[in-house]
Order: sequence, then C-alpha cells, then structure tokens
Amino acid sequence: MKRTLRYSLCIAVLSAMLVILFFLSICMGSAGNHSFGELIRLFSEGDPIICKIRLPRAAEAAILGGALSVSGYLLQSFFANPIAGPFVLGISSGAKLTVAIAMIFSLSRGIAMNSASMIAASFVGSLASMGMILLISRKIRNMSLLVVSGVMIGYICSAITELAVSFADESNIINLHNWSMGTFSAANNRELGVISITVGVSMILTFLLSKPLGAYRMGESYAENMGVNVKRFRIYLILLSSILSACVTAFAGPVSFVGIAVPHLVKSFFGTAKPIVIIPASFLGGAVFCLFSDLTARMLFAPSEISISTVTAIFGAPVVIWIMLRQKSRRKS
Amino acid sequence: MELLRTEKLNVGYGRKIIIENVEISIAAGEILTLIGPNGSGKSTLLRSIAAQLKPLGGSVYIGGQRQDKLSERELSRHMSVMFTERLQTEMMNCREVVESGRYPYTGTLGFLSAHDNKCVEESMKLLHTEELAECDFTQISDGQRQRVMLSRAICQEPEILILDEPTSFLDERHKLELLSMLKMLAKERNIAVIMSLHEIDLAQKICDTAVCVKNGRITVCGTPEEVFTDENIRSLYDIVNGSFSVLYGSRELEAVKGKIEVFVIGGAGSGIPIYRRFQRMNIPFAAGVIHENDIDHPIAKLLASELITERSYEPISAEKIESAKKIINSCKEVICPCENFGTMNIGNKQLAEYAAKLGILKKSPCNFP
Repeated sequence: MKRTLRYSLCIAVLSAMLVILFFLSICMGSAGNHSFGELIRLFSEGDPIICKIRLPRAAEAAILGGALSVSGYLLQSFFANPIAGPFVLGISSGAKLTVAIAMIFSLSRGIAMNSASMIAASFVGSLASMGMILLISRKIRNMSLLVVSGVMIGYICSAITELAVSFADESNIINLHNWSMGTFSAANNRELGVISITVGVSMILTFLLSKPLGAYRMGESYAENMGVNVKRFRIYLILLSSILSACVTAFAGPVSFVGIAVPHLVKSFFGTAKPIVIIPASFLGGAVFCLFSDLTARMLFAPSEISISTVTAIFGAPVVIWIMLRQKSRRKS
Repeated sequence: MELLRTEKLNVGYGRKIIIENVEISIAAGEILTLIGPNGSGKSTLLRSIAAQLKPLGGSVYIGGQRQDKLSERELSRHMSVMFTERLQTEMMNCREVVESGRYPYTGTLGFLSAHDNKCVEESMKLLHTEELAECDFTQISDGQRQRVMLSRAICQEPEILILDEPTSFLDERHKLELLSMLKMLAKERNIAVIMSLHEIDLAQKICDTAVCVKNGRITVCGTPEEVFTDENIRSLYDIVNGSFSVLYGSRELEAVKGKIEVFVIGGAGSGIPIYRRFQRMNIPFAAGVIHENDIDHPIAKLLASELITERSYEPISAEKIESAKKIINSCKEVICPCENFGTMNIGNKQLAEYAAKLGILKKSPCNFP
C-alpha cells in the first residue's frame, strides 16, 4: 500500500512538472514572453508563433524525450548494463549517419523527405549500429568495454556523417549541421502526427512487454525458466528500443544522456525498478527532462539557441558518474 | 510416480557432445544427485534437462510428455531451477525475487492475484525468509540468498526442482540448513529434486539416487549404498594423494611413507586423533592391534604405514602380538592412550607393558619427537 502511494505521488509530481514546463515552453521564447491569459487569447486567434512553432516544438520535445528515455531503459535491461543507452552505444550516431546520407541524397535530387521516410532511414541506421553492438557483446562480456565499443562506433558514424555533410550542397549544410548537433527547432505539426503515432504504438507495445522485462531482470537463465521465450523477447526489445531512438534521431538529431540519466533518476525517485512502473515513469521523466533542456537551450542565450545535447550533457553526464560510483560502492559492501 | 526420464540423451554445446547416452529417471519425492569431477558436464546435463540447452540427441520426458513438445509456460509450471552463479539484481527486494516465481501463473501484465500473494507468503514462511522481504537482494548473506532463491523456486509450485551446486558459497551451517530444507521439500511436498553436489559426503547422506558423471558418460548410477564405495569414489575422482572414507564420509590425506618411527596402540576411537596428529607431523607410524570392527579401523587403514588387525569379536591372538612386538622393537616410541583393556583386547595391554619395559611407552604424542 505504502508503495502504491509513493508511485502515485511520484507520478503526480512528474505530471505537474510536465504541465508547468509545457506551458512555460509555449509562453516563453525569443519572439516575446506571454502571460497565461495572453496565451489563451493568442491561441484562440491562431497566432502562428504559438500554434505553428512553439506548440509543436514543446509537444515534440516531450514525446521524443519520453521515447528516448524508454529506449535507454530497454537497452539497459537488454544488456544488463546500467550505463547503456542509445547515445553511448552509438545507436543514435548510426541513425544520424543514415539520415544524413538519405537527406543529402534526396536533397541533391530536389526531393524533400517526408517524416515516415526519415524514420525509416533512421531505423535502418539504428539497427545497423545495434547489430554491431550485438556482435561485439557476444565477444565482450565486460560492461564498460561494451560501452567503450559503443562510443567508438558512435565516433566512426559521426566522422562519416561529417564527411558526408562536407560534400553536401552549401545550402543544405546549415540545416544539416544544426540537426546533427541535436535540436527540436525544426518541429512542425505535420511531423508531430507521425511522431505521436509511431511513439504511441511503440510505447503500448513496450508496456505490454513489462512482464517479461520484469523476469529478465533476474537474467536470461531464470527468465527462461519462468517461461519467457527469450529469443523472441530479445528481438522485440531490440526492435522497440531501435524504433524509439530512431524516431528521436530522425527529427531531433542525436540527443545525449537522456537515455541513461532519466531511467536512473526515475528509479531512485520511485524507489523501485519494476518495469510496469518504470516504463510509464521513464516516459514522463524523459518528457520533463527534455522540455526543461529545450527551454534552457532556447532561453539561456536568447535569441541564439544552443544545441539540446549541450544542455542534456551538462545535467546528464554527472548522473552517469554518480551511477558508476554508486555501483562501485555497492559491490564493495 | 515417475516424473522425469531421459532416454539416450546426449548433451553438450553446439555440436560437441559432453555427456552421451544418459538414462536416468526420478519419481516424486525423490532426490537425485549428480556427482563427479569438475568439468565433467554436470551443469550441462542439468541445463539440458531444464530445457535451457537443446539436447544433441535422445529425449527428456516430463510427466510422460516429451520436453520439447511442452510450451515454455507449461514447462515452467513443471520445473523450477536454481543456478550456481550469483544473481546481480538492481533494486529488487527479496519479496520481488520470490514473486518472480509466480510468473507462469500471472496474466499479460503480471499482476499478482490474491492466490499468487498467498503462495509467495507461504513459500517465504516455509523457508524462513519472511523477515528478509523488504531487504535488497544484493545486500543479504549468501545463505540468506540461497534461501530466498529456494523460496522463489518453491513459489513456482514445481513438481521438479533442479539445482546446480546449491551449496557453493555456503558455510557448513548453511550447507546443512539448505540440504535439510531440500529434504523437507522432497519428503513433505513430494517434489522431485535433481541437483549436482560437490560435497560427496553430503550427497551420500541426502540422495535417494546417485549418478556419477565422468569422461562423457554416466559411469555408475544407483542407490547411495551401491554408489558410495571406496573404489567407486576413488576412481570417479581419480583420487591419488589421499582417500575418502565412505563409511565416515571423511576425507583423509595420504599416509606418510618412510621408516616407521612410532607404534600406536589404539582402540575405541582413542587412536584416530593420534593417527591424524602423526599424519600432520609427517611421521610414519604403525597401528595395532585393531579389531576389524573397531571404530579406529577405517581411519587406521588409510593413515597407518603398517596396520595389524584382528578379526572382529576375536581375542587378540599370540601371533598378532608377536608381529606387533617386532615392529615395536624398531620404534622410538609407543603411544598407548588406552586406560582400560577388556577381555578381547587384553593383548594390547601386554604390548603396552612390553613397551614400558623397553622404556618407550607414552600416553600421548605431546612431546614427540
């Protein structure tokens, strides 16, 4: 009973933060800050800055932030590695590479890519990097070495991306450069629909996996003994975490540390690691974290924007260090 | 009732067969233990029986059905496992670990029903783990951890329980505790227990069937009385530098070789501590005259460089006394811890008096050399 109370309280706090940050994101911006009253008036008038720029941007930041965090949680469960995440394992960078290539290719032929094909390109890249990591993880059982390999894959992909970008037409470079640093600035309402549907469906499927995920927490052998079809389950995990992080990379570029930091903060906050609680909670937490980071990225040096990864790294990287320190001290005791 | 049977089962990894032609069976309420040297494939066999490894030939029947025809869920309701490796969990308390055993019985999202909760509580009570419920699984002792894992296994309501070296990491007390719990589960809950054990002395005491695994096959299989013989154990483990006393379940180091320096007159258990002492001091000794039914006899046989025995229940013959005296003549000391001599071993009294006359008799080996 006490636990259920704690979960509900935590969910309530996160939801409240989400709502507040969401409104702040819509009210504030380089084109002028508005009070809540003004916001309602502007919204009913269909003000383009509110309706076509800030609203989709805030919604996108929230949804993609949630997706990224859940994707990280799935990867951590999969590799039984607390510092796994789409960014450190190079999965985001792999997606970035394929999206950049697809964009350059289509732009050079004068075709604009639609949202679905962006996700598809990104998904292919995610899966390719994931495949590499899986091959490596078969050989390397050590957690930290796996992460190092992931970071290396990330560097290789980023290097190739930069190479590709430098060959692109000059007019495309600015856009590509901004995107490859990670930003929500390109959000629009058309994208938002595709994102909501993709992330929504993936999240429902992920939630349905929470029972085997719970069993998987005790390791593969025990999960198998409990009746989990481990092979099939692992494939689901890979596909879902890849599609979730692919969605983020396709629209916002690679965003660092959300996938590692948020699930951990959420676990400590909720005092549990039960997937059935942590999956929705990570989504909420990721949404809050990304809204906050996006707001900071926009407002800190307004009117110029900094990349979202700059902000998420500043808040996220210390969490990773904290996780590693805590693990070390636990193992000693 | 036969619960599990293997037929011409070959087990191994990939294509490499590690043990072939395994034919074992187990009934409800029985305990079957696998013994054998490290690396003989006991774990591989257990994993294959538990359907975690695909058999490389032959089949496993569970309750009359072929194991590979059962769904994962059906299988998990028949069988529960406990592995050797230490489990690394993240933020899981012991109750959550036990609850995971209810997995095969819960619905899509895994919520526990009232009945599930009852099972969890009962199994925790049965193995005295209730007070650990809220503790983090990684923060408890090894003994407690095995008990929690056993609660988990029981909560799965299995007919068959498979354990891979459940006593590793445990100290003496917790080893005994765990094994008595397993015995209780087998006899009271009618669960069939299949496990591998390193401690053959414990295996001998707990199993109904012992299976020896060596060199890729089952070498011997049968009741403990059939399996635990000196020769079997010696050849199963290729024991060369020492021995295992089947009767006492004790491990003894190799007898000291060399010229005999001491003669120990023992009997009724007074000899064993002295034999062991000389063994530790690395001094070759002779022992006698020990009746074949004396409790000193099994150990004297293993540790003494020379042993003079007399047939059970017979008085010590003059001939044996003579051969003992012959040895005493070349010894520096004779140790005789015995105070009283009865009619059957009055000969030993004569030996003690003989040594006293020679001036080399001692009660204990304290000041030796």
